Amino acid sequence: MRSIGKYLSSAWRALFGDPVRAFGFVSVILLLILAIAPAKEHFSQWHSYQRKYLGLIRDRGDAVSLRRRMQPGIHQIWLPELGVVDRCTTCHLGLKEASLSDVTQQPFRKHPVIPHPVDAFGCVICHGGQGPATTVAEAHHSERAGEEPILPMRYIESGCGQCHQNALTGTPQLNLGRTMLTRYGCVHCHAITRPDGSKVEATDHPPSLAHVADKSTREWLFSWLKDPQAYAASTTMPNFKLSDADASDISAYLVKSSTPQAGDTVAAATKPAAAADAAAGPSLYGESFCASCHAVQNAAGNLVGGDVGPELTRIGNKAKPEWLAAWLQNPRVYDATTPMPRYRFTPQQVATLVAFLQAKSDSDYGSGVHLDAATPQQIAHGRKLIVELGCAACHEINGVQKPENFAPDLSSIGSKPLAQIVFLPGMEHSLPSYISAKIRQPRAFGSSVKMPQFTLSASQTDALTTALLAQTARSRSMPDGLRVAEIPETNFQPAGHAGKLITELACLSCHRFNGRGGDMAPDLTWEGSSVQRQWLTAFLHNPNTLRPSLIRRMPRFNLSDSDNAELTDYILTVYQSPAIDADLAPTTTPDVVEHGRQLFYSKYACQSCHIVDTKTDKGYIGPTLTQVGSRLTPAWTYAWLKNPQALRPGVAEPNQNMSDEDARALTDFLMSLKAPGGRGAK
Amino acid sequence: MMMRSTANFGIGTSAATALFSLAMLAGCKHQAPANTALKPTAQGTAIVESSGGHQVGVTGTVLKDPVVVQVNDDKGNAISGALVEFHGTAGVSFDPSAVLTDSSGQATTAVTLGDTSGRFHISAVTPGNAKPVSLDIVETALDYQERVGAILTDKYCSRCHDPESSPQRVSNYDNLEVKPHQFTDGNTLNKMSDADLTSIILHGGPALNRSALMPPYGNTLNASDVKALIAYTRAVSDPLYQPPGTVYERK
Repeated sequence: MRSIGKYLSSAWRALFGDPVRAFGFVSVILLLILAIAPAKEHFSQWHSYQRKYLGLIRDRGDAVSLRRRMQPGIHQIWLPELGVVDRCTTCHLGLKEASLSDVTQQPFRKHPVIPHPVDAFGCVICHGGQGPATTVAEAHHSERAGEEPILPMRYIESGCGQCHQNALTGTPQLNLGRTMLTRYGCVHCHAITRPDGSKVEATDHPPSLAHVADKSTREWLFSWLKDPQAYAASTTMPNFKLSDADASDISAYLVKSSTPQAGDTVAAATKPAAAADAAAGPSLYGESFCASCHAVQNAAGNLVGGDVGPELTRIGNKAKPEWLAAWLQNPRVYDATTPMPRYRFTPQQVATLVAFLQAKSDSDYGSGVHLDAATPQQIAHGRKLIVELGCAACHEINGVQKPENFAPDLSSIGSKPLAQIVFLPGMEHSLPSYISAKIRQPRAFGSSVKMPQFTLSASQTDALTTALLAQTARSRSMPDGLRVAEIPETNFQPAGHAGKLITELACLSCHRFNGRGGDMAPDLTWEGSSVQRQWLTAFLHNPNTLRPSLIRRMPRFNLSDSDNAELTDYILTVYQSPAIDADLAPTTTPDVVEHGRQLFYSKYACQSCHIVDTKTDKGYIGPTLTQVGSRLTPAWTYAWLKNPQALRPGVAEPNQNMSDEDARALTDFLMSLKAPGGRGAK
Repeated sequence: MMMRSTANFGIGTSAATALFSLAMLAGCKHQAPANTALKPTAQGTAIVESSGGHQVGVTGTVLKDPVVVQVNDDKGNAISGALVEFHGTAGVSFDPSAVLTDSSGQATTAVTLGDTSGRFHISAVTPGNAKPVSLDIVETALDYQERVGAILTDKYCSRCHDPESSPQRVSNYDNLEVKPHQFTDGNTLNKMSDADLTSIILHGGPALNRSALMPPYGNTLNASDVKALIAYTRAVSDPLYQPPGTVYERK
């Protein structure tokens, strides 16, 4: 101790014993202290990146202009409206330099071309991370409370979704994810509110189970509950991983609570009157274009057909024949809001189709299932499970109320603080990895988690995660003017008796009218201006093929003459475009028609997509025009030629910017193409 | 943004940065961690591609179809239980990166592309009898603009420009008297400047004295759509498109 004291006092004397020496020493100390700040800046990470950038551009051809544009020091993008302070461009110096497109070294890469300039939108809006930070660790990888690490590239479209509530062309993954939120029924259990306050509504159609015993057996319900994908690989119903006893109890309650529906099954007595014609089954199924909506697995294991209705690969295992017959006669008895049209099948056709569909069964499916009659305790337990698992959030079930707010609200899930998340061991500590793990294997997060197991591909999981990550607090707090609103579906409902017919035929399942309906078939909002009466009547009676390249087809509904006339009248009267001058009469003089033909074949080369002469033309994209003169109205044809997108937005036919004269001549030529044998047809 | 594959170098120190740049410059082979759990039961002497090559994906995302390779012996018979390891240029990741071939001799992996657009080279390696045999597979990653081009191509162009028909789309290629160029046809398209392609898209074939079967899209597509279409054709062109050299600024 004493020696240390002695040493210190001698050091003190050596440094401060003499006033001049003391002054010199203090000055040195002061200089050193003053040098700390510049040194810190000099050795800072961003400074070293800026030096490295200067080294990178030194030998490039456009070094002078690159150097002129590079500003030393910390750069900052400040967007007060969005609460963004981004200093990313301090190190990411090449973002805006088009000539650096060959540089792969980060942080100097050029930013890929996007519609938004970096200066106006900053970086963290899309990429996440901490904008104000000036070190890589803090900017990219911060996990501190209230902060988030940078977003992996695979979810980058979620950034777009914060402002763009509508479907953008360039964000298919986000669009798919948003569709899945409604299509897979996520929003039945998880409420999601858009920033404008509207709720995301489900678009799937979970069947009511109020009369399920009319339709299926308890054994089928049991097998289905155990593993829905084993029955139909494409179903959106998730797997609840039920034990045999639980599945048996739930099926017992469903059958017990089911009430018979009048008219739900065709009485057995009427059956012999209509004998099934086994040979006609496949062709009737084909002619009715069931495959436009329903898929069937082929021998190679691929699904063939649409996804509007349920897969029918094993329908014979599921549906009782009596129920199927009643359903085919009028689906709206069992389910008032089904997208399935009511075909006007004859009893014989119904019997044929029932026999054909019943044959679509798998004798192995559910063959080992033998359920004993359930005791009242088991049935009560089944009901308890239904309540616990939230079955009634999707399905209507007698005696069980639809639960409200069954699962956590996901409106702001994209801003969920990491501190609130319990990660699984070994999991990456980030929100995207949590959300995607939760979607992939919800039950891994604990045995008490009720969320069932969905069967999704990797890209579907990514899409769903992207859509959920877009639900951020920033998206909700930003000024309304910065958001692009979603275009909501209208509540258009055709009125009157014709409206009832349109509902019965489920026209809106495929066609769109006035902003509501499906996208499988053409938009019919202006159909009344477009077609001629005779053609429409004939088409509704027996739809022929207009667009040979499409695989989905309009089915034949076997309409009665009066129904047909009513529908035709309604379409021609109501679906009229105010922009079309209905009085346009075509010129029929041969030289004008010939001029139109020349324009068709040479100047506009319409034969690349359309056929007017089946002998020479092969164009296979647009509708065949051999009889267009008896199908379309001259006024519509003229308006279409002038600007197709104005009549049907998004149609692939290009707007050729035709002169009025050319459009007139082409109209005259097309109108001369009448039915076979008629004038103008070759 | 740093590449995720290199994040484990410990970003933040200058040493890591040096390593990082070295790795990038050397076109770093992303080494799959040696998987000790996999015990190969057989060895093949050849490896062939079954499916999943030449896909066009999006930067940073999983390719739509998995890459499937098959390990064969000298006589071309499939070998099951052989080890296959997947490697790729920096940024590509595999799930799984090492796998044993199944009963039909096939090894399957899901490929996640890196964050930069362009071509990604993947190699599937199996330890052969004497020395490892490998197979090279090329995939293409599109950035935002190129993908917008891909989507527009699918809507407006593919029916004529792509001779392949799919269940969703029947090709019109064979019906045309003058055959359109495929967008992958680099030998033709690489010789055309961006200005030429823009004219043809905006004003149709006659703009460059070509067939009128190509209609004008100038009133249907906007300027950024056209740029996106050109970016897409450049991205998928085979052989690879080389942009014109740096334009020197006028003094």
